[in-house]
Amino acid sequence: MTARDADGVSRTWHVLDTHPDGSVDDVELTLLCVHGNPTWSYLWRRLLAAAPSGIRVVAVDHLDMGYSERTDTVRRLGQRIEDLSVVTAALGVDGPVVTVAHDWGGPISLGWALAHREQLRGIVLLNTAVHQPEGAPAPSIIRLARSAPVLQANTVTTPAFLRGTTLLSGTSLPRSVADAFAAPYATADRRSAIGAFVSDIPLEPGHPSASTLDAIAADIGGLDVPALLLWGPGDPVFSDRYLNDLIGRLPQADVHRYEGARHLVIEDAPSLVDDLLTWVADLRAGRTSAEPSPHSEGEPLWSALDERALDDPSGIALAEPTTDGAWRKVTWDLLHRNVDLLARGLAARGVHRGDRVAVLITPGADLLAVVYACWRIGASVVVTDAGLGVRGIHRALRGAAPQHVIAIPRGMTLVRALRLPGRRIPVSELPAIARLGSTMSSLPQAPGPDDEAVVAFTSGSTGPAKGVVYRHRQVQRTRDALREHYAITPRDSLVAAFAPWAVLGPALGIASAIPDMDVTSPRTLTARAFAASVRVVDGTLVWASPAAFTSILGSAGGMSDDDLAALGSLRLVLGAGAPVSPALLHGMARLCPRAEVRTPYGMTEVLPVADVTIGEIDGAGLGPGVLVGHPLEGVDVRISELDSSGTAVGPLSDRTGVLGEVVVRAPHQKDRYDRLWATERASSRETGWHRTGDVGELDDAGRLWIGGRLAHVITTADGPVAPVRIEQAVELLPEVEQAACVGVGPMGTQHLVVVVVSAKAAGGLADLGLTERVRRAAGADVAAVLVRNDLPVDVRHRSKIDRTAISRWAGDMLAGRS
Amino acid sequence: MRVLVTGGRGLLGSATVRELTARGHEVTTLQRSPAGHGPEVREILGDVTDAGVVRAAAEGRDAIVHLAALVSMVGAWSEFERVNVGGTRNVLAAASAAGVTRLVHVSSPSVAHAGEPLVGVASTPADPDRARGNYARSKAIAELEALSHDGEALAVSAIRPHLVWGPGDTQLIGRIAERARQGRLVLIDDGAALIDTTYVDNAAEALAQALDRCTRPEVRGRALVVTNGQPRTVAELVGRIAEASGGASPRRHVPFSVARTAGAVLERVWARSGREDEPPLTAFVAEQLATAHWFDQRETRAALDWRPSVGIEEGLARLGASYA
Repeated sequence: MTARDADGVSRTWHVLDTHPDGSVDDVELTLLCVHGNPTWSYLWRRLLAAAPSGIRVVAVDHLDMGYSERTDTVRRLGQRIEDLSVVTAALGVDGPVVTVAHDWGGPISLGWALAHREQLRGIVLLNTAVHQPEGAPAPSIIRLARSAPVLQANTVTTPAFLRGTTLLSGTSLPRSVADAFAAPYATADRRSAIGAFVSDIPLEPGHPSASTLDAIAADIGGLDVPALLLWGPGDPVFSDRYLNDLIGRLPQADVHRYEGARHLVIEDAPSLVDDLLTWVADLRAGRTSAEPSPHSEGEPLWSALDERALDDPSGIALAEPTTDGAWRKVTWDLLHRNVDLLARGLAARGVHRGDRVAVLITPGADLLAVVYACWRIGASVVVTDAGLGVRGIHRALRGAAPQHVIAIPRGMTLVRALRLPGRRIPVSELPAIARLGSTMSSLPQAPGPDDEAVVAFTSGSTGPAKGVVYRHRQVQRTRDALREHYAITPRDSLVAAFAPWAVLGPALGIASAIPDMDVTSPRTLTARAFAASVRVVDGTLVWASPAAFTSILGSAGGMSDDDLAALGSLRLVLGAGAPVSPALLHGMARLCPRAEVRTPYGMTEVLPVADVTIGEIDGAGLGPGVLVGHPLEGVDVRISELDSSGTAVGPLSDRTGVLGEVVVRAPHQKDRYDRLWATERASSRETGWHRTGDVGELDDAGRLWIGGRLAHVITTADGPVAPVRIEQAVELLPEVEQAACVGVGPMGTQHLVVVVVSAKAAGGLADLGLTERVRRAAGADVAAVLVRNDLPVDVRHRSKIDRTAISRWAGDMLAGRS
Repeated sequence: MRVLVTGGRGLLGSATVRELTARGHEVTTLQRSPAGHGPEVREILGDVTDAGVVRAAAEGRDAIVHLAALVSMVGAWSEFERVNVGGTRNVLAAASAAGVTRLVHVSSPSVAHAGEPLVGVASTPADPDRARGNYARSKAIAELEALSHDGEALAVSAIRPHLVWGPGDTQLIGRIAERARQGRLVLIDDGAALIDTTYVDNAAEALAQALDRCTRPEVRGRALVVTNGQPRTVAELVGRIAEASGGASPRRHVPFSVARTAGAVLERVWARSGREDEPPLTAFVAEQLATAHWFDQRETRAALDWRPSVGIEEGLARLGASYA
């Protein structure tokens, strides 16, 4: 395409265009794609290929780049923006436009956007920057590339920079793709602009392009169009720091970080093009996320704490074990004062409403004081737990990008070692902060129900852990749902052996006891320590994971008569965090004879959804999975039927006896996934609902049965099969301790394989007798039965079976010789 | 329809003749020695390699099911080519000359594969260059030629049943049963490879369905693998067949590498000594028994509107009854 540039010189551009012949009558929207350095329009090939009707995709090679003309001029940022305007004018792009840009194409596209506001409908940016954040050095890799001798050698004389960029992809690019990126830059002549482009990065004040870039950075805040930021967090050049800067400038932006993707995020994230087009389709359709539900405003999260401090100042709010085996007791008055002082002090130390604070503190008095102080300020608490592992915590905190980190020494060591973001506040400074707080005359203004309260993380048993955002009103409603459903009153007291919920005691206005255990490992909770924690607060409620139950029951023999008597105060034992087996529930019921044993069903995104007693489970017998009971009051549960490929495509339905994804709607569900726009979009594709990723069925009594995870559904030629029903049936065989049902073979034509743990059988193929008994018990055409010593489980709860890993193992074994 | 069945004497041939007769077809068979199918079946004795015999047998027929083939793990290429390729050419020529409108060519899944593990694979085109061994290569050439004759006058479909077994089988079942009785059964590796098999009645019904539906676009010109759709491990199959035939399950295992080497040696010994029977093991068989091969049956079941009526358990019970 040839046109005259702003200086009146005729120039020739290389352009990819879905509508090259000018037949643009049906075009409703144009995606204007702007590549960076040193790539070319090839970067956008899959977007062009996937573009739906009504959308024109135009991808331009900058002058001196790709297959566009080599001009022998030095083209600065301002001129490149003008060049792009020349191209769009010449191509007749005069209707609505969404700009799409990568790398240094970002500032150029934004410059074009600011100059064409009347046409602009949206902005999409991939790993780019418009501003060097204050106090942060420029990426060392770019500074190095900018130093004069290196610049020449690196960018022009040799193809190092060029090849380096394709190496900045997280997955190694196929050779053909890497070659295609390099194709227009075969000689030093053709590469010269790569060096010029790098030189034009205004790292220092006074640079000829600095004022243009600063103006763009300042002005994009005024663009009130929707924005989408798609990010490869492993980019050594455009790190998360630049993402955070852009989020500050474009607060309306939807954000998706593709965990594991690097600089060439569009190459590394296979779903990116689809996600981008979904976003554009939503934009065209005017789809909006869920309206805040019209429920009345709830009580603030600290209101019960305020009340108890007034009504019962010397009553116990918290009991935690000390290192010498005694108990440290914190009264309501003391907790209330600590929260108040810390809130003032943290505010004085620069923790503001809207900030995120990562809290790496074990359950106890410090944790409670910090969490409630943050909530009172309006800061959001980022909660990780050790179960995520070092790698998981690293990813989680990088993703959540907290402004502050408050940590115990062990947590601080980790934060330093991983060079995690955020201002660091060791817990040892909390007394000083409280003293500072005592000099502050007033508390900051309290946050409203829509302020962000919590970022929690999923266990990551199916992929990287996802951050889950709750606003204050959603945490309030979680509190209210628990209070109403379990009839919690101030006379109750909680033994909090389940870390995520150890902080809710004050919100519920009930005393909490933290058992003497390593909270990172529920298996360290002994029966004696459990009894002691019940005794110290006359506990009425227990909330613990199945691993903790296993440990308590395994050490119950060491309990004294006093210990056993102490358990008599319990009225309710709740097992949660992972499916709890009936055997464990019965064991706890025997140990705590006056307590009702229940197990709530829910997930990090909505808790609780439903709830069932051990009696109901026994009464129901075998069914299509694990019985999780009736949905709670105010919680809607629907089923989205699976198709033959195991995808939940069905409309939300309350039909019974249909296997599908469990979809829930509750006042207390998450606000959204954090910086995972596409994940959130998929999970809430029915606005206001949450797709749980579990599969199950509803029965005629309105009860929900869970058949497993959607990712673990086996897609046979006769339709999808959920594993749990078969596993439960097989586990009734006396010689089988544990069973996992998995699929082998390609999607849609898989066969069932049952893997059992049995002390009576050798590892490998089961013998003919066991095979036949398992097949008969399963009531399905099981292709093979395999025996293992144990089944792999998740790190966090040690009870979620990793069926994906088992399936891979079984598939390899049954393929025979490889 | 008036149907000619070539190779009507074998396990699958006999079952196919029964199935077609039961469906009301008028059946003629062509094979080298009498099969004893009964009064309603006309038997012609002759060889498919004799073009004149085949042409005469096809005269007046509406359809042909072409089963006759040389099935062996060993043997000279010229023999496979003469019977499997030449025989098929004779059948195709006879069909044209006699105005036959439907041909179901019975083939083998081995025509499309080179010995890699097959895990839920679809029916892919035959490939003589990749097919392993003289049998598979000759069947691949024959299938391609047969399908190339699909046209306006003649509808051709290739059906590839995988490891057909049932009472009276002298090949797979007979050999396992014999060795089981002698206590000589040995498993290669741990016998964990998943393998599809086809109970004989199911294969016969699939052939009859293919004949009925031969003119449909989803059947004509296509090759379809037919199995029970119930893969089992080699260890279980061998063990259950041994049990059903009253013998002992295999207790000994040999590593795959040993088995393959032994098979290769036995093949050479057999070739040099000019023996006509089959060696107890060949390298190809060792590979087959140590490698998964099972198939995606969705396309086949939809195209033929067919599902196996006899499950593996039921088939084994019938096998057991035949030995009782």
